[in-house]
Amino acid sequence: MAQGDFPLLVERSAPGRIGAAVPQSDVPEVPLEQILPSAQLRGGPPPLPEVSEPDLVRHYTQLSQRNYAVDIGFYPLGSCTMKYNPKINEDAARLPGFARLHPYAPDALAQGALRLLSELETALAEISGMDGMTFQPAAGAHGELTALLMIRTYFADRGEARTRVIVPDSAHGTNPASARMCGYDVVQVRSDARGNIDADVLRQVADERAAALMLTNPNTLGLFEERITEVEEIMHGCGAQIYLDGANFNAVLGITRPGDQGFDVMHMNLHKTFSTPHGGGGPGAGPVAVKSHLLPYLPVPVVVREGERFRLDYDRPQSIGKIRSFYGNFGVLVRAYTYIRTFGPLLRQIAEAAVLNANYLLALLRPAFDLPYDRHCMHEFVLAGTRQQREHGVTTRDMAKRLLDYGYHAPTIYFPLIVEEAMMIEPTETESRETIEAFARGLLAIAEECRTNPDVVRSAPHTTVVSRLDEVTAARRPDLHWPIADY
Amino acid sequence: MYPEHLHYTREHEWARIENGRVRVGITQFAAERLSDVVFIELPAPGSTVKQLQPFGVIESVKAVSDLYAPVSGTVAEVNPVLAERPELINKDPYGDGWMLVVELSNPAELQELMSADEYRRLIGDGEA
Amino acid sequence: MTAWVPHKYIPLTPQDREHMLRVIGAASVDDLFADIPRSVRLLRDLHLPPAPSDAELLRELGEMSARNGDADRYACFLGAGAYDHFIPSVVWHLSGRAEFYTAYTPYQAEMMQGELQAAYEYQSMLCTLTGMDVANASMYDGASATAEATVMARDLTRRDQILLSAAVHPEYRQVVRTYTRHLGMEVVDLAHRDGTTPLDRVSDSLSERTAALVVQHPNFFGGLEEVQALAAAAHAAGALLIVSVADPVAYALLKPPGALDADIVAGEGQPLGNPLNYGGPYLGMLATRQAFVRRVPGRLVGRAVDMQGRRGFVLTLQTREQHIRREKATSNICTNEALNALAAAIYMAALGRRGMRQVAEVCARKAHYARERLRRIRGFEVAFPGPTFHEFVLRCPLPPEEINRRLLDAEILGGLPLGRFYPELADGWLVCVTESRTRQDIDRLAAALEEMV
Repeated sequence: MAQGDFPLLVERSAPGRIGAAVPQSDVPEVPLEQILPSAQLRGGPPPLPEVSEPDLVRHYTQLSQRNYAVDIGFYPLGSCTMKYNPKINEDAARLPGFARLHPYAPDALAQGALRLLSELETALAEISGMDGMTFQPAAGAHGELTALLMIRTYFADRGEARTRVIVPDSAHGTNPASARMCGYDVVQVRSDARGNIDADVLRQVADERAAALMLTNPNTLGLFEERITEVEEIMHGCGAQIYLDGANFNAVLGITRPGDQGFDVMHMNLHKTFSTPHGGGGPGAGPVAVKSHLLPYLPVPVVVREGERFRLDYDRPQSIGKIRSFYGNFGVLVRAYTYIRTFGPLLRQIAEAAVLNANYLLALLRPAFDLPYDRHCMHEFVLAGTRQQREHGVTTRDMAKRLLDYGYHAPTIYFPLIVEEAMMIEPTETESRETIEAFARGLLAIAEECRTNPDVVRSAPHTTVVSRLDEVTAARRPDLHWPIADY
Repeated sequence: MYPEHLHYTREHEWARIENGRVRVGITQFAAERLSDVVFIELPAPGSTVKQLQPFGVIESVKAVSDLYAPVSGTVAEVNPVLAERPELINKDPYGDGWMLVVELSNPAELQELMSADEYRRLIGDGEA
Repeated sequence: MTAWVPHKYIPLTPQDREHMLRVIGAASVDDLFADIPRSVRLLRDLHLPPAPSDAELLRELGEMSARNGDADRYACFLGAGAYDHFIPSVVWHLSGRAEFYTAYTPYQAEMMQGELQAAYEYQSMLCTLTGMDVANASMYDGASATAEATVMARDLTRRDQILLSAAVHPEYRQVVRTYTRHLGMEVVDLAHRDGTTPLDRVSDSLSERTAALVVQHPNFFGGLEEVQALAAAAHAAGALLIVSVADPVAYALLKPPGALDADIVAGEGQPLGNPLNYGGPYLGMLATRQAFVRRVPGRLVGRAVDMQGRRGFVLTLQTREQHIRREKATSNICTNEALNALAAAIYMAALGRRGMRQVAEVCARKAHYARERLRRIRGFEVAFPGPTFHEFVLRCPLPPEEINRRLLDAEILGGLPLGRFYPELADGWLVCVTESRTRQDIDRLAAALEEMV
């Protein structure tokens, strides 16, 4: 450890320390070799760190202070919907009847959990305009795969050998990756001058080879697909299915429903739209909702309501099978359920405030930055740092790093790929006018610094616990764990 | 920047004829566009490559590209140093940063490749 | 349409809205939605129950939760992929810090050193426990991690067949089939013999088409596989050995797969400090050899230095991932289970070298006691003769479902009836005993069974 380095856990370790009371055996003592063959036994304990409880608490508390989070400040990471994560949701998820319930507990002992799942399904079906869903996918990308597997099986049952999935060039990287994992070829369609998928190009590739179009709406430019009804006609006209990547569902809650737009299947990111915490990258939950013609293909089991009784139904011969063990990220579902209950029909206000906040922030920032698509945005918008790069040699990455010095997390950068020097900003509905104005002042000040003092931006950040890290050497000579002693 | 005696592909590889064999690498333009190369995946000696088909993969921190063979043939040599020191591709793309030596199977294929002048025009390089 | 109602999660006031609309140059909020065709608008309120007060909501949730038979109220002898190990208080308190749980994926490394270092430490401890060279930062769960491992083996070997032991968790096997179905891969089931994977059957089935052999260790029945011999057989055929695991606590006591020549370890990290949660969120683990690092799916955190030479941590080797490689990525995974990996790291750190060993040893001792105690009850017999870690299969004189029903009166959650997964084991009952069960619990179970027969 060099001077100034924050210690690794293993550097706080000393032989003989322990951070937990260890269990004792209360059954009659038998030599271990009579229980397990000695050839199968590990030579000694695994060389894990040995740290006392107080040191352990300080280690992780100090690590937490070397982090940034929604509870600390503004987190305008576009397409990630970093909204406030309500505390009551956490209390709900930690109720022992939920947190301590075994997944193979018989249905009779899981009536509360199954009721919650059933009511959540009813609520999300109403919000999305779909007919039913699975909670099994653990994240959005997992939901994409699940949906494509269902589509593939649906066409196989109809004797149609469709081999292609169409995605716009503004799509999340997960879309083409999921399509490949389902054995589909990927066809990319460009966006038009207004930021919509180019319907004329789409028309040319929409044929009997197309299984599905994967569309994000509002799309990753933060724009609603203006020609959505035409897109729907084109795709259904060639017999294909339309999939909604629901990453941006927050913008339209209660305003428009994917089911009414003609989507056959969609995933929702409960960790975006429905306020469940991102946990530093997970867990999430990516329920997949479908129209009735796809219901038979949902993964097993599904929750069935019979009067006031609930049960898990595995007897579904057309199902694609299982995509994950058990029933999905139940703890996340409890939080999303709680969130929906705290709004009820007022969910619509989330979309209204999110869209208002985004347009306000856009209005404050537009004088200083290039705006590739000049329309009212939905819940997020994409700026281009091209002016700063061209005139002052300062990249979007530099400006993002400089924002850290101002105490903010940076927006999503260099995505979508179709916008040069992209900066994708999503304020969400849980930010106040004051916060948005303060952030705008910060980013405008950075734009000014690009002119007056570009070096301070190029070498940012200056106030974080470490400065820019050498990612090149890290990738050339990967060091992915601390040195491990032999055992 | 783009030596006259080399042959070039549209995918930014170069080929140099050496006693009936062909040495292969990527151009300075490609190396600069990728920025710092962190990893390269090359075929084993003895395997075959086909003209303008991928023979390997090159990665920087934020980007990844396929490498395309300028000619068809059998791989005679692979630069043994690159696995440990991929940075040579940035430092010396036409020298120590070479990737393969290919036993050429069809010399006529060389006609398909570009001259230095043509390559410079492709990348819009003003340098004469 | 309902009028605007103040809500505790939305700070905008009517004055704010008016001001903001003026700056934007829009007459109303509705104008901002003008791009949405009228024909697809929802022109009514959502049909959802109006929000109750928080106090009412918590009471409702409390009632729902209380209708579940959780492991606090019932002595839990269920395992089968979800394990009731005791979780020290520090795990909840530290992983429950909002600086961790309300953060996103650490895209801005300079600002996210806490989470990045915690992930690097998790990778280090998982390598230590499994004996492998490289571990990723997490995946969804044991089943999908096992499935991703089979796809990784296909890419590494350029072969398309997977040999899958029937002693692997049945749900993991189902997920492997779902994942591989449209990738031109063939999955071949290998029947177990006496509850373990028979080496001769493996050798007969391996061919030049085989990408990987998948076994679970300890396996679904609690038994131990001959991992090293299976690895040797797989390697002789040019295939890889994937070891799936449902409870990695076992490796604090058993030789880890890395010491037994396994190529990929994939499995479930829930038992490391994560609650039962009715099946999720859990923790997918994946670890492998150094040589395979560039084919690993999911995020990896690496050590780096900053411009002043200070140690720091970054997401690394990202070109493997979907946001860069798109349709050529090693996997489509993006969101993972970072918070569960954090809990696992804190759990392993709290118990440490001796504590982890002790937990594993106490599990083995109590399970052994239970197995010997229950097999003496009339009509019950141990199904498979081999040694077991903390789970074992009994053949029962009554249908296991009925036994479980009757045990509820004694506030005992019985084992898993195996008939739903193995028709030939319709009288099979998979019993799990972790360190959390007391001798008294075990004796109570035995007494209740004695009463039934």
